[in-house]
Amino acid sequence: MAQVLPAERDLRRVIGDADGAGDRQVEGLGEQELLELYRSMVQLRTYDERSVVYHSQGRIGTYAIFWNHEAMQAGAFHALEDEDWIFPSYRESAIGLLRGMPPATVLSWWRGHPAGWWNPDDYRVASICVPIATHVPHAAGLAWGKKLKGERAAAIVFFGDGATSEGAFHEGANFAGVTGAPLILFCNNNGWAISTPVEAQTRAQTLADKAAGYGMPGVRVDGTDVLACFEATHEAVRRARNGEGPTLIEAVSYRVAPHATADDPSAYVDVERVEEARKHECVGRFEGYLRRAGILHDDLATSIRAEAAEAMREAIKTAEAEPPADVELLFANAYVDPPASFGSDLDELRGTLG
Amino acid sequence: MSCEGHLAERSIVEAINDCLHVELERDSSVMVLGEDVGRSGGVFRATAGLRDRFGPDRCFDTPLAEAGILGTAVGLCMAGWRPVCEMQYDAFSYPCLDQLITHVGRYRWRTGGKMEFPIVVRMPYGGGVRAPELHDDSPETYYVHTPGVKVAIPSTPADAKGILAAAIRDPDPVVVLEPKLHYRTSKGDVPDGEHVVPLGKARLAREGEDLTLVAYGSMVAVCEAAADALDDVSVDVLDIRSLKPLDEEALLVSAAKTGRVVIVQEAPRTCGFAAELAAILAEKAILDLRGPVLRVTGYDVPYPYWQIEDAYMPSAKRVIAAARRLLDF
Repeated sequence: MAQVLPAERDLRRVIGDADGAGDRQVEGLGEQELLELYRSMVQLRTYDERSVVYHSQGRIGTYAIFWNHEAMQAGAFHALEDEDWIFPSYRESAIGLLRGMPPATVLSWWRGHPAGWWNPDDYRVASICVPIATHVPHAAGLAWGKKLKGERAAAIVFFGDGATSEGAFHEGANFAGVTGAPLILFCNNNGWAISTPVEAQTRAQTLADKAAGYGMPGVRVDGTDVLACFEATHEAVRRARNGEGPTLIEAVSYRVAPHATADDPSAYVDVERVEEARKHECVGRFEGYLRRAGILHDDLATSIRAEAAEAMREAIKTAEAEPPADVELLFANAYVDPPASFGSDLDELRGTLG
Repeated sequence: MSCEGHLAERSIVEAINDCLHVELERDSSVMVLGEDVGRSGGVFRATAGLRDRFGPDRCFDTPLAEAGILGTAVGLCMAGWRPVCEMQYDAFSYPCLDQLITHVGRYRWRTGGKMEFPIVVRMPYGGGVRAPELHDDSPETYYVHTPGVKVAIPSTPADAKGILAAAIRDPDPVVVLEPKLHYRTSKGDVPDGEHVVPLGKARLAREGEDLTLVAYGSMVAVCEAAADALDDVSVDVLDIRSLKPLDEEALLVSAAKTGRVVIVQEAPRTCGFAAELAAILAEKAILDLRGPVLRVTGYDVPYPYWQIEDAYMPSAKRVIAAARRLLDF
């Protein structure tokens, strides 16, 4: 068995604006790939910003904001191949867009409409996990199950810093370790679980340190550096495909938006630190990198943003045009083979609806 | 749907073991996972021989983590497996309720019916075995109350095999509780080879005219003992065996015939499955009944230490007393 190394404590960075180290290049990312990565970030950013607006207009329900998490989501996503599975938490609700899922589907999910149901098999994107960390064992099971079948696919599961306190995180990580599952455990450490700071979540010095307890490598990256997120995930995917088992990645940022539209963080966050973090938000940082490399210019940036905005305008129209869900859907999908009582329940319900 | 021909006398645990051998042989996507299921063949030997026959991947010794077992099973389904999870004991299954309630019973619904989760959770349940605390519970109500999940409890060796086979072949998640008290003491003829008892069908264990005793799992034997003792009374003993889906018809037919129903369950009384059966009778059979529906159940207390467990367990005497009360009504 390979020796388990202590987790890397220093945040990996590629984009050189923060510490004056200068930009690095990432192996395997040419100009086209870098622009694709940028498109993905803009797509996610636009989805998120429009969703907050739609919420304020009463057009979607409570919404979990992921502003400034786009680097983690897009960076990790682009390190995957099409056959690899993604297990999102609610913070990654729109990650399916990067696999071609219509944004109207995700908007419908947040509108509480059954048009927001999707078939995970169609996108290799599992359903959004609302409870905390309980999807970690699902991802471990899928990755292990694929390996048992001799398939090549790996899986990635996204969760927050608070999730590492849950038993399900432990059980899922441990199963992945024991079975050598080709799994990437991607921890979005934005410093807050609603109002609880990560310091109150654990006495571990870093969340990546927990990896050693499962016999897997732990890596820490700058969570607002999309290229660092890509690079770390890319290495983890390579390990997974080589049969070297799971990796824990801790991507560190500072949450600059409320936990969700129902939350007012002014009571608990460090407002100055939020302001500072907003200045270095992840889409702008990557734009700077691309501009310094001469890959992105104003016209291109404008057209990418316009395309993303137009997609959202269409998406909300599509979502709002969904006809009201038939009450039959109350009963339709809980079982392949439903109990007989469902039939009489539906008849009785229809009778009262007139 | 059983093979014509050979019957062999088997105990319940032998019938379960036979079923698992047949089903793993029949379908290469079926796998067993749980604590101590592989190397030791399970603490009750229900999975004995599977690891040698099908390999350590298809009879997998998991880490000691019940929620992890069931959570991992969800992902295994997504990868095309049909996992059969063993919970070592009834009360040790409680950590897996989190996965059962938040995911197993909901995931198909959540995908708009596009994805199936053919998971089986099987476990020994019930008391009377002189075991330490938390090896004796009857947790069926927690499972029956969970939408998206089916629940079955066999009482005979043939049903233990046939119901487990039906559960493994079922496209929905099924929890199968096995009466551990009778694992080795109850013996009976079990068909060799493939044998499936469809879910949703009750079994009339004994036919009579005057009184219906309703039970499932280990309480069926208690009802049969009570029926033997009630030698002046003609008794229907209805073995529910599939709690969800429920064979309501069989319950109503028997109630219409006898007009007197006593329901027996080992679990604590309040909101137990007997209450559900009594409510169905109240809603649909009120004019057939010649007296109140009576329950004989465990008490609303933690399952006791074994030196006093016999006082907790519904006995034939308590069933007889309830029957007499109803007959005298």
